[in-house]
Amino acid sequence: MSVFIDQQTRLVVQGITGRDGSFHTRQMIGYGTKVVAGVTPGKGGQLFDSVVPVFDTVADAVRETQANTAVIYVPAAVAASAIFEAADAGVPLIVCITEGIAVLDMTRVLPYLHERGARLIGPNCPGLISPARSKVGIIPGNICRPGRVGVVSRSGTLTYEIVHQLSTQGLGQSTCVGIGGDPLIGTNFIHCLSAFQADTETDAVVMIGEIGGTDEQQAADFVQQAMTKPVIGFIAGQTAPPGRRMGHAGAIISGSSGTAAEKMAAFARAGIAVMKRPADVVPLLKERL
Amino acid sequence: MNLHEYQARDILRRHGIPVPPGEVATTTDEARAIAARLGPGPVVVKAQVHAGGRGKAGGVKLAANPAEAAAHAAKILGMTIKGFTVHRVLVAPAADIASESYVGIIVDRTSQRPVLMVSAAGGIDIEEVAARTPEKIHRLAVDPRYGLLAHQALGLALKVHRDIAQARATADIMQRLYAAFYAVGASLAEINPLVTTRDGAVAALDAKIVIDDNELDRRPEIAALRDTSAEAPSEVAAREAGLTFIKLDGAVGCCVNGAGLAMATMDLVKYYGGAPANFLDIGGSSNPQKVVSALQIITADASVRAILFNIFGGITRCDDVATGIVQATRAFPLQVPLVIRLTGTNEELAVQILTQAGFPALTDMDEAVKQAVAQAKAA
Repeated sequence: MSVFIDQQTRLVVQGITGRDGSFHTRQMIGYGTKVVAGVTPGKGGQLFDSVVPVFDTVADAVRETQANTAVIYVPAAVAASAIFEAADAGVPLIVCITEGIAVLDMTRVLPYLHERGARLIGPNCPGLISPARSKVGIIPGNICRPGRVGVVSRSGTLTYEIVHQLSTQGLGQSTCVGIGGDPLIGTNFIHCLSAFQADTETDAVVMIGEIGGTDEQQAADFVQQAMTKPVIGFIAGQTAPPGRRMGHAGAIISGSSGTAAEKMAAFARAGIAVMKRPADVVPLLKERL
Repeated sequence: MNLHEYQARDILRRHGIPVPPGEVATTTDEARAIAARLGPGPVVVKAQVHAGGRGKAGGVKLAANPAEAAAHAAKILGMTIKGFTVHRVLVAPAADIASESYVGIIVDRTSQRPVLMVSAAGGIDIEEVAARTPEKIHRLAVDPRYGLLAHQALGLALKVHRDIAQARATADIMQRLYAAFYAVGASLAEINPLVTTRDGAVAALDAKIVIDDNELDRRPEIAALRDTSAEAPSEVAAREAGLTFIKLDGAVGCCVNGAGLAMATMDLVKYYGGAPANFLDIGGSSNPQKVVSALQIITADASVRAILFNIFGGITRCDDVATGIVQATRAFPLQVPLVIRLTGTNEELAVQILTQAGFPALTDMDEAVKQAVAQAKAA
């Protein structure tokens, strides 16, 4: 088992003929992901790399290929529309890699998804990977190893750094999920923690948060109340000044709220082992496994 | 992106919200002329800067006549408030205030909806009130599919006004503010204070609007309101080069790919006893030109004593960054030591490129940060 994706994942790539979409589609196929369709309006009927059928709409792609997961690589200006389209076509899992979607667009997207029972991962995220099974998004497959640690993170390259530490020191991963750096996201820490708690192939979870919002604090309460598996936590942005967006749209300390110190304290209160730096991940995990 | 008060007032006015007259001056003569135009009564001269607490800092003054308005403008123009130099003042008639309240909208991350906030305590710092006396703020999460409904707005307005005419006027203002919020792509819009005058009218005396940066590409008319004089020149240059850069006070310049890793790198600099000079995310692309721009921006800061590259190659190819570093340092020889850490995609190739150019390359993040901190201290 793994969370959200596995060998049953049948992927449709929205924006498959674009620069990013085509590059990452090849990477995903190379990793073993079943990419069953692509969508680029106006290019329906073509074959991508002579193998993947391209459709004009997600609805066509789903009807013809029974795709059950969509990944979005389209530009920010049309990304919200791409999420609406995937949800409307009945896709139950939608992963949006695109960065730069307006927050007000997300206030309309999220209720639409909720009404249709679709799960969104992201936006502004690296996607997810179940090592040796499936990869949806842009997480480099070569740094991951199959194993029993679940990873959930608001970041991209920081996740790679921590996964790299795990893999090179013998701790493989069940699934790594990048939930995204935006203030409004479809899948939060609690959704992922609860999936990892239920997953029989996950023994422990690494949670990588950052400044801004209260998602980590709420996740800490959830860990205390509902999790039996050990959780290790990291918060990026201890040196971030208040009131400034640190790259990610959601990484901002508003007033005195959303600081790293506040989140690390919430972790500690909930019994989550707090990493002071990325290199602490393996020693802390080994103590608890 | 923050808007100035006068820009926010313009937006509200265009959405039909009653806003008292007022004009912007950049010189004392203009301030005098505006005060004269506004009529015989007293005027307020207000500094237009992206900082709260303008009144306490001496940036808001009452003037009895045009000559006094000019004198206040002379003092306020050019003054520095919380690090921001004042280039403009708003000159507006002094309002005859009977009561003050607060109306604001934010996007709430937990409910994932726009939330209207109303308080009878006007002219306040809403975050302070929210922290100390949250019961004084009335909140309503709005369903964005239907917008702020009339009865919802009136219900909220009645929490701050007993007079039904004033409550109706306030409810109308709330609905217009909600429409403006979506129309301009705001992440925050507040009227603070919303006042009732002695003749019973309700008006927006001061306004603050923050625009979601992700809205700017599709709203050129809003993007044009950006005041680059209110930003650090290095941050303006970085934005134009497609980089995310935030200047800090330390001596270790940081150049990292990815926002999370960039923050973690700054934190690790502090962990090893140093202080980061900046946040800089060169993004996912490996364009060598971005590396050149990044180095130019970092080295323009005289307090930088050492530069640290921390690259985790995923999509970013380490050899591309290495090539960028070599190109950049050939074009602009560095005056400060450089510590480079690269790992991931094409790491071996990158190390080869750097070694040939005479740069040692590291693969361990902790080791690189330790060295950068030590070199910054030795310099």
